[in-house]
Amino acid sequence: MDSSEPLPSGEPDDHPTVPTQRGNEDAYLRVRDLRVRFDTSDGVVRAVDGVSFAVERGRTLGIVGESGSGKSVTSLAILGLHDPRRTTITGEISVGGRQVIGLAEDEVRRLRGRDMAMIFQDPLSALHPYYTVGRQIAEAYRVHHPKVNRRAARQRAIDMLNRVGIPQPARRFDQYPHEFSGGMRQRAMIAMSLVNDPALLIADEPTTALDVTVQAQILDLLADLQAEFHSAIILITHDLGVVGQVADDVLVMYGGRAVEQGSVEQVLRAPQHPYTWGLLSSVPSLHGDADADLLPIPGNPPSLINLPSGCAFHPRCRYADRAGSRSRSEVPELRPAGADGHLVACHLSAEERATFYAEDVARVGVAR
Amino acid sequence: MTDEPLLRVRGLSKHFPVRLGLRTTGLVRAVDGLDFDVRPGETLGLVGESGCGKTTTGRMLVRLLEPTSGSIEFDGRDITHAGRRELRPLRQELQIIFQDPYASLNPRHTVGRIVAMPLQVNGIKPPGGIKARVQELLELVGLNPEHYNRYPHEFSGGQRQRIGIARALALRPKLIVADEPVSALDVSIQAQVVNLLRDLQRELGLAFVFIAHDLAVVRHFCQRVAVMYLGRIVEIGDRADIYERPQHPYTRALLSAIPDVTQLGPAGRIRLSGDVPTPLDPPSGCRFRTRCWKAQDICATEEPALIPRDGGRQATACHFPEGEPVSTSPEGEAASTSPGGDAASTSPEPAAAGPGVATAGTGRGVAANIEEVSS
Repeated sequence: MDSSEPLPSGEPDDHPTVPTQRGNEDAYLRVRDLRVRFDTSDGVVRAVDGVSFAVERGRTLGIVGESGSGKSVTSLAILGLHDPRRTTITGEISVGGRQVIGLAEDEVRRLRGRDMAMIFQDPLSALHPYYTVGRQIAEAYRVHHPKVNRRAARQRAIDMLNRVGIPQPARRFDQYPHEFSGGMRQRAMIAMSLVNDPALLIADEPTTALDVTVQAQILDLLADLQAEFHSAIILITHDLGVVGQVADDVLVMYGGRAVEQGSVEQVLRAPQHPYTWGLLSSVPSLHGDADADLLPIPGNPPSLINLPSGCAFHPRCRYADRAGSRSRSEVPELRPAGADGHLVACHLSAEERATFYAEDVARVGVAR
Repeated sequence: MTDEPLLRVRGLSKHFPVRLGLRTTGLVRAVDGLDFDVRPGETLGLVGESGCGKTTTGRMLVRLLEPTSGSIEFDGRDITHAGRRELRPLRQELQIIFQDPYASLNPRHTVGRIVAMPLQVNGIKPPGGIKARVQELLELVGLNPEHYNRYPHEFSGGQRQRIGIARALALRPKLIVADEPVSALDVSIQAQVVNLLRDLQRELGLAFVFIAHDLAVVRHFCQRVAVMYLGRIVEIGDRADIYERPQHPYTRALLSAIPDVTQLGPAGRIRLSGDVPTPLDPPSGCRFRTRCWKAQDICATEEPALIPRDGGRQATACHFPEGEPVSTSPEGEAASTSPGGDAASTSPEPAAAGPGVATAGTGRGVAANIEEVSS
């Protein structure tokens, strides 16, 4: 690791507080300076490089980024799902007060499923095709409730299927995943993740494979379940529209680092980082001028093996020259930007950002 | 723009037989009676959810699939059942861009060879040679012409899609069928490709049939939009009509389901319950009625025709389109407020007391499941 590279967060003691209006000491999930590295034959991949955030119960954090931004690697690290032989994880992950990093495998397993659970993008590959849906849900329950007999576990699974809105749950219990439609499979997977009432739910692109009307149903369902179980949710997505709809806080990742963090109002209404601007103005909207050209981000997402020096976004940034050679030599620190709890990692000064945003981005009319 | 359509589709259907052993046990009515025109230089968006038949339609248009019935006329010629030899000259004018830029390029061919293939197959010798033409095409789609000798794996997803676009443009087609050309790409790359397609469409005067599930992308690319549901077009019209004055309940539900980045928090939207029914056994009458909050007895018995309204540019297949007096049940009334704000005018007449149609009860049940979520 390049030792001249400053920690994006400065001293561990004055680590930037996570952008929640309330204190985060009692947040259910706390992640501090998380770094995940894979040693591959092509070189070291710094998939996550100094990311910090917290999620309280009852709140939703949206993690936004493109492929290779480190968003999924972060969630797998929280769940302790990385192969320890090939992965180096440093930093701090606290789930309900317990450290996940360094915890023995069987202890992590006890946390996983009971205290934290995950919903995957593709329910068909996450559900086993050989077993009935109900059996898989009941098994997930019995793993953490070994004293429960089969009949009670079955009843619990049927209750969960009913709770996630699957009609005729008792009949559906005995069906196989292929007999479910895409939306129903995603519901079944949500039922399986929630069967032990986990306090933390990580949803990795839970609606990307679904149609919009079904996506709306699933997002509603997640919101209802969150209100009922008071769970902390991490929603990983590339869709800023989904984030705007369900998230309380947003973390924008690029090249394994956090480039912007804040409340959903701050990040989507007053975005500070040129990458966030790019995401907002490149997404076609249902409002605004349909004939106006979209403003794409030039170039491609970077390779994590060969991350650009300095600010990883600088080769695609329209304003990289304004920050001089610093953009190529220095990794920008995550610093407070304007409003309370809003953080941005950019070399531009606040005044410069305000000017560019007003001139180039707000004019496009997408990010209002 | 002439009024003579470049592409005229009438009653186009594709039914796939479902076989159990030797017996045919059912028919999947993937596409069931489509009528639409595309004029020269016009972009038509074909939108709908998975399983609505939009991809099957695209494949029939370029004759990768044989239509079961109906007709496709291209440039005045009937090509519905044209054979290979008759199709060959036609393929020059009618090209397709596929969704998956990883599967649609031969990994063992260089980019130059991939883009030159249509020219070679059709025995075309462009002035200046094939290589010069290929490099010109690569430049046109924003790729470095020097990369002529590279292989697809050396390119990113967005660049691969550009290669597919260059290949489609090689023969100077009049119409391109683009099947979800950006949905496999990262968000920041999608905008690059959409802008490229728009520029090409304007510069070269190409007509497009743009197949997509993303209505926001279609809004930025298409002049006309056809909304499909279970193998049928439920509404077709100019962009402004479809997006600002949707008349079909399904179009409205689809539009309101899209999370828009300009709106924070849970948006007021129409919740559709359930999934799209199976095309093996589509509902009687109107196919959308099982999920529709306006469904009445007539919807189960009579299939609504795609009827032009408002002077003929916008056509809607619905018994109770927006803007017309509808007798609504109380649930229907609650559900019919949309973000658009134009609540269906409720007429004081009682709901049509039709003779006990078995499905009326189902319709009500569904309506009760639809709630308006307001912020």
